[in-house]
Amino acid sequence: MVKVLLWGSLRSATGGQAEVEVDATTFKELLDRLAEDYPGLRPQIERGVSLALDGVIYREAWFTPIGPDNEVVLMPYMTGG
Amino acid sequence: MTRQDKITRAFKQVGTRPPRPDGIDKVTGRAMYGADMTAPGMLWGKVLRSPHAHARIRSIDTSAAEALEGVKAVVTGADFTLPEDDFYRDVAVNCMAQDAALYDGHAVAAVAAVSEAVAKAALKLIKVEYEVLPHVIDVDAAMTTGAPVVQPGRAYENVPEGMSENVTSHCEFGHGDLAAGFAKADVIVERSFRTAATHQGYIEPHACLASMGGDGRADLWCCTQGQFHVREVCAEILGMESSQLRVTASEIGGGFGGKTTVFIEPVALALSRKAGRPVKIVMKRDEVFRATGPTVHSSIDVKIGMTRDGRITAGEAHLRYSGGAFPCGTVDMGAQSAFAAYDLDAVRTFGWNAMTNRPKEAAYRAPGAPQAIYAVESVVDELCQKLGLDPLDVRILNAARKGTKSAYGPTFDEIGLLATLEAAKAHPHYTAPLGPNQGRGLSCGFWFNFGGNTCVTMNLAFDGTVTITEGNPDIGGSRASISLMAAEELGIPYDKVRTIVADTASIGHNDITDGSRVTFSVGLAAIEAARDAIAKMCARVAKIWGIDPDAVEWKDGAVHPSGPNAGKFPPMTLAEIAATSPNTGGPIAGHYEVNADGAGVSFGVHLVDVEVDPETGATKVLRYTVFQDAGKAVHPDYVEGQMQGGAVQGIGWALNEEYIYGEDGRLQNPGFLDYRVPVASDLPEIETVILEIPNPGHPYGVRGVGETPIVPPLAAISNAVSRAAGVRLTELPMSPPRILKALSAQG
Repeated sequence: MVKVLLWGSLRSATGGQAEVEVDATTFKELLDRLAEDYPGLRPQIERGVSLALDGVIYREAWFTPIGPDNEVVLMPYMTGG
Repeated sequence: MTRQDKITRAFKQVGTRPPRPDGIDKVTGRAMYGADMTAPGMLWGKVLRSPHAHARIRSIDTSAAEALEGVKAVVTGADFTLPEDDFYRDVAVNCMAQDAALYDGHAVAAVAAVSEAVAKAALKLIKVEYEVLPHVIDVDAAMTTGAPVVQPGRAYENVPEGMSENVTSHCEFGHGDLAAGFAKADVIVERSFRTAATHQGYIEPHACLASMGGDGRADLWCCTQGQFHVREVCAEILGMESSQLRVTASEIGGGFGGKTTVFIEPVALALSRKAGRPVKIVMKRDEVFRATGPTVHSSIDVKIGMTRDGRITAGEAHLRYSGGAFPCGTVDMGAQSAFAAYDLDAVRTFGWNAMTNRPKEAAYRAPGAPQAIYAVESVVDELCQKLGLDPLDVRILNAARKGTKSAYGPTFDEIGLLATLEAAKAHPHYTAPLGPNQGRGLSCGFWFNFGGNTCVTMNLAFDGTVTITEGNPDIGGSRASISLMAAEELGIPYDKVRTIVADTASIGHNDITDGSRVTFSVGLAAIEAARDAIAKMCARVAKIWGIDPDAVEWKDGAVHPSGPNAGKFPPMTLAEIAATSPNTGGPIAGHYEVNADGAGVSFGVHLVDVEVDPETGATKVLRYTVFQDAGKAVHPDYVEGQMQGGAVQGIGWALNEEYIYGEDGRLQNPGFLDYRVPVASDLPEIETVILEIPNPGHPYGVRGVGETPIVPPLAAISNAVSRAAGVRLTELPMSPPRILKALSAQG
């Protein structure tokens, strides 16, 4: 199981939980599980999210491996100028 | 991607300052910009724009325009099929209004004619029947219940019920117990701030030439930060397959984020499709201001608590941004960035976006961060004043560092903030004496940086020179930096490498030149493409020598036997290998394709001295120093240029630049005479101090540098002005009338 830290405004979709646990070993699995377990997160996931893994931000890499010891933080999808 | 454990390489070429490869072309006029493209039989396109801030379009009669001699095509919203996807649909509607004009300058029709004069005359013959609607320009007004609704039904699921329909999104970040944090504070300061919308201010207006054949295939030349993005968006809007549209990026006269989207390109394509001839559109400056991307404007409340010895106990910010007449996610980045420079136990930021009858926001270097950090850094400075503390010492005391849980969630790895703060502390600028009416300000800055989709091809010519083909318009010196990294890896002179920016049919997809990504991502891909080519060269030489490929190695631009057991062979240089390549298997090329991650966040610190004239309210910037972590400065001239450019743009943003609207909702200053960007005589020399703390996510330690420099100037200058004037300024720009007003309010 992987602990995922959510940003504050997503907590309304997780019953107020700031951190949720999902069964996932990759970025893609994590997104799929989150959308299944917490359907209220699906619109945001479809609009785009980034993932910070031990402080490194990933925007789209589905196959990024994730383990139970990683710090996993969901973030909005980054754009820049 | 692999994290680099330790970057200890001694560079021979990376870090040098060779002449820029585009320099001669640009100073002699040979460089081809967007407006320089022409084609046989070309028509001129012109766009009719709404004179109203908000109006229902009841009807558009184009018959008289179409009947004018020389007019070959007229298009309106009816000529575009709206994509289902919200993102593409908003871009399409922004390029050409459908049933409503949403801001002053919104395109409502366009004409293609044999000359500019005929096209202009035809615009006057188009009859648009408008029903003028109430408008709203200010973000706080837009968020009030009962405000005129810009677009109904656009709120995301995260917006609570009962809010104005203009509110499209809400976000919240942070951790810890705010109440407990504020209870520990000896002093708490709460302030409200406002920042005006500003334009990216690029010198080159948007320009494009579109040519669509009867078979539906099309070519498009345009000034853009991302030809692949232009291709995708235009193909979506025009119902084309991407492969049937080839987009070529011109040389670019500035972008700064504002050329990461499209405005006239789909219109030119639609006109060309209808006319059967190439169509060129070049925006006038007033169109650039009225209809292309300014920044968000903002209204921000900040509350920070601090102990007597300077420890921040809690920080809270409420950010209200408006990205114009469409939903906009920029506030998410502002809310994440606001407190990024600090190691805090209790922090919370809340963000809201609300629609207003203004043009659709486009990115501007580190979108969303300058406004948020301006507000936070202003309050930190005020707390230092109240407590009699040194503002640099307080920032050092509270600085985020490796292991800090950032205000937006993740724990920081290696970051360069502390090093930049300590460099600022040690710099003679910080202790230089100040005169009457002078003040010194400083601010930290932060940006995320990212990588993204990147393709690079490296081809060896038979004479031993190298061409790198990549797909990102060069807006900050990337061709030089990429050539330097390739030359370094190959071990050949820099002048034997030429990097070119290819069209969309000539290389695989590359993301937009944005997010400070190109030197990081394309550089990384060029290094890997070089390694791919090196592996092929080693295999060829091993074949020539009749030994195993494992028995050779690449060193100093040549293949050598890897040891005495491999045999005695004179080294073969890259040029020798390239010359024999037809005989050894054919041309040699290296490739690399990646969606790069690991860009690493970026921090900077700006230090500025100003003098405020109490009689006129005018501010003179006296001295300015920028400190920034570049990871590894590949071409230091360009890194310094980014740092200086950000500071200069920030000076304009802080002191003069703003979108000014009249009561009628129309933009009153759509030109450089009334929208005042800094000129050389406004500026001191911008001194730069580059720190190099290698980014473990890049083989040479490179970190993006393009966006962070726009972040600190707003607060640094505001802090300097506030200290010089003896009154806290809370609204940007700090134009002379605004400073005089603050001085007179103080009494």
